[in-house]
Amino acid sequence: MRTVTDVVCPFCGTLCDDLEVDIDDAEKICETRNACIIGDNKFMTAQAPDRHLHPRIRRGGELVECTMDEAINKSAEILVNAKHPLLYGWSSTHCEAQEAGMALAEGVGGTMDNTSVCCHGPSVLAIQTVGIPSCTLGEIINRADTVLYWGCNPVNAHPRHMSRYSLYKRGFFTERGKSDRTEIVVDVRKTETAKNADIFIQPEQGRDYELMNALRVALRGEPLPESVAGISRADIEKVAQTMKDSRFGIIFFGMGLTMTRGKHRNIDIAISLTQDLNTYTKFLIMAMRGHYNVAGADQVSQWECGFPYAVDFARGFPRYNPGETSATDILARKEADAALIIAADPGAHFPIDMVRTLASIPMIAIDPHVTPTTEIASVYIPSAIVGIEEAGSAYRMDNVPIRMRKVVEPPEGVLTDKEIIDRIHRRVMELQGLEVPEVTAVKEPAEASAFDGILQRST
Amino acid sequence: MKKITLRPKDKEYMFLDADNVTPDNFAGKTLDEVRAIEIYEGNRTYALGDYFEVSGETDPDPNEIGILIDGSVPKVKYIGMKMSAGKLLVKGSVGMYVGGWMTGGRIRVNGDAEAYAGIGMEGGELLIEGNAGDYLGATYRGDWRGMKGGKIVVNGNAGSDIGESMVGGEIVVKGNADLQAGIHMGWVSKKKDNPTIVIEGDAESRVGAQMTKGEITVLGKISYWLPGFIYQKDDQIDYDGKQYAVKVYQGDRGEGGKGTLYYAGA
Repeated sequence: MRTVTDVVCPFCGTLCDDLEVDIDDAEKICETRNACIIGDNKFMTAQAPDRHLHPRIRRGGELVECTMDEAINKSAEILVNAKHPLLYGWSSTHCEAQEAGMALAEGVGGTMDNTSVCCHGPSVLAIQTVGIPSCTLGEIINRADTVLYWGCNPVNAHPRHMSRYSLYKRGFFTERGKSDRTEIVVDVRKTETAKNADIFIQPEQGRDYELMNALRVALRGEPLPESVAGISRADIEKVAQTMKDSRFGIIFFGMGLTMTRGKHRNIDIAISLTQDLNTYTKFLIMAMRGHYNVAGADQVSQWECGFPYAVDFARGFPRYNPGETSATDILARKEADAALIIAADPGAHFPIDMVRTLASIPMIAIDPHVTPTTEIASVYIPSAIVGIEEAGSAYRMDNVPIRMRKVVEPPEGVLTDKEIIDRIHRRVMELQGLEVPEVTAVKEPAEASAFDGILQRST
Repeated sequence: MKKITLRPKDKEYMFLDADNVTPDNFAGKTLDEVRAIEIYEGNRTYALGDYFEVSGETDPDPNEIGILIDGSVPKVKYIGMKMSAGKLLVKGSVGMYVGGWMTGGRIRVNGDAEAYAGIGMEGGELLIEGNAGDYLGATYRGDWRGMKGGKIVVNGNAGSDIGESMVGGEIVVKGNADLQAGIHMGWVSKKKDNPTIVIEGDAESRVGAQMTKGEITVLGKISYWLPGFIYQKDDQIDYDGKQYAVKVYQGDRGEGGKGTLYYAGA
């Protein structure tokens, strides 16, 4: 029996880095401490007996087991023969795999898109339009005395966010934790988060933009109508005054803003509202990123080609226009003739018409687990679970990179996401008649391995 | 004026990037050279002649060239992109970005246009007889300078975000417009510019949201009022030879804007 400490949880964008995982002598994960229920589940089901350990390929309508070489070769053929392949997913894997994916996408002239497209992609568009005043979560621990959750429900979706960073945590200038903070929640439903809020505002559905516009008007002291979005003038003015009176405020926003009517315009005006508030006090805003490394997918894409997601390499240079080059729109308009889906499950989450398109084209699925996506794939390659069976870098929701730890060895024969992508890319280069560079073994940084030795203690 | 006709061949494709189909690009080329102009389907490059039957005659001067696309091409993108002169007529529907970044000349689309029509337009005229999609006369992603000049007329309905971040020029929609018409309008306009949008039908909410300069006229109804627009006075306007009684609003005051909204549907 051994215990691995300071484990980083590979589930949500909060990226908690204080987990402890017990592993028995048979290398089975038997217990976790400090994790929330979702994180605990991810660790406890990682080694489930029903996990598929062999690649499968579709023959005669059935997915049948095949060798790894066969699966890699078939994947490369699919991508090379495609005129407009879509490489989508990337959010539940590490930055190293995403980097390899960017190279592959450029190599095959495809479109590289990550799950931002169905979560905080609109936030990115808004940031590109009006900028963003933001900070790291550490600052919020120590300073924030007004915390506004708009269209997000951390109690259920980011369970440890409030206790680790934003609400209950005691900090330097917030010694009494929650007692030192005012919690405001704006949501169309009375969520678990809303239940213990100091101020709860419940606007009409799809009228967040108008409500924020009203708040901006109130801040400027201009006349307001009787009510906006079902909220009375008095309540709007009260919220505006509370925000003005704070010493350090933060707005957290989620899918309730990014995926409702107006999308990036809701974020655009939320950021503009934050900017307005800085005339009176310090106010900041942050996106509640969902997948643990979706922020990293944006980062990698940006440092590789300048655009954060939905990058089309078809013409040999990167082009970016969500709405045209985004995975959802490409599938909706049937503009892809092959796909590679990794570390995401569009089969379960995309609208059915798009899933139909995915099912109708040759598709490679890379995922540790069997999902609705892998079941409609032409090739399925199982992979190791990043953050449990493989170390790697991930970005927290405040864009702080954190090194994830390896807790156990992956099952025998199962490759990591990066290895799979690299092997497909090498085979693609062979098929394209390009010179394939020699493989250089990638070593873990020396510091990281020394660190691992200290932190792994036997019990 | 010389006419050159492109008739779509009966050939299947996912979509085509036809950013070279402009009078500027055709000028001074022989028909065979026009047939050899590059057109792209995803990561493959083809010749224009592979997808279109090319006939007619060309001229060295782009002003003297009229391109006729004789059929519906809803999956062909970038037609008339960056054109500066001449005429282009599409006898049917077109794909995305028709007339994108155009600086002069005239484009007429008999059918519908997909999203991003007239995006970043600087001059010329774009007439869409059917419906237009989203982002008509808007900006490219991340740019804050939208349509700078020229005129776009849509006889049907338009999608959302039309005239986003418009600097100058004019958009007329004879049908209805969806959400956020004229959002961010005028925020980087120069003193002399006065971006203008006219919506003859109804508009969804958030008309002129975050606008700081320019004029929007809505003759129909606005479904939900944006609180940033503050009543100034009643007035009469003259539009298309008719008199309309309008209420005049200033906004978006949330943004500190001083744009004008003429609203006849109140």
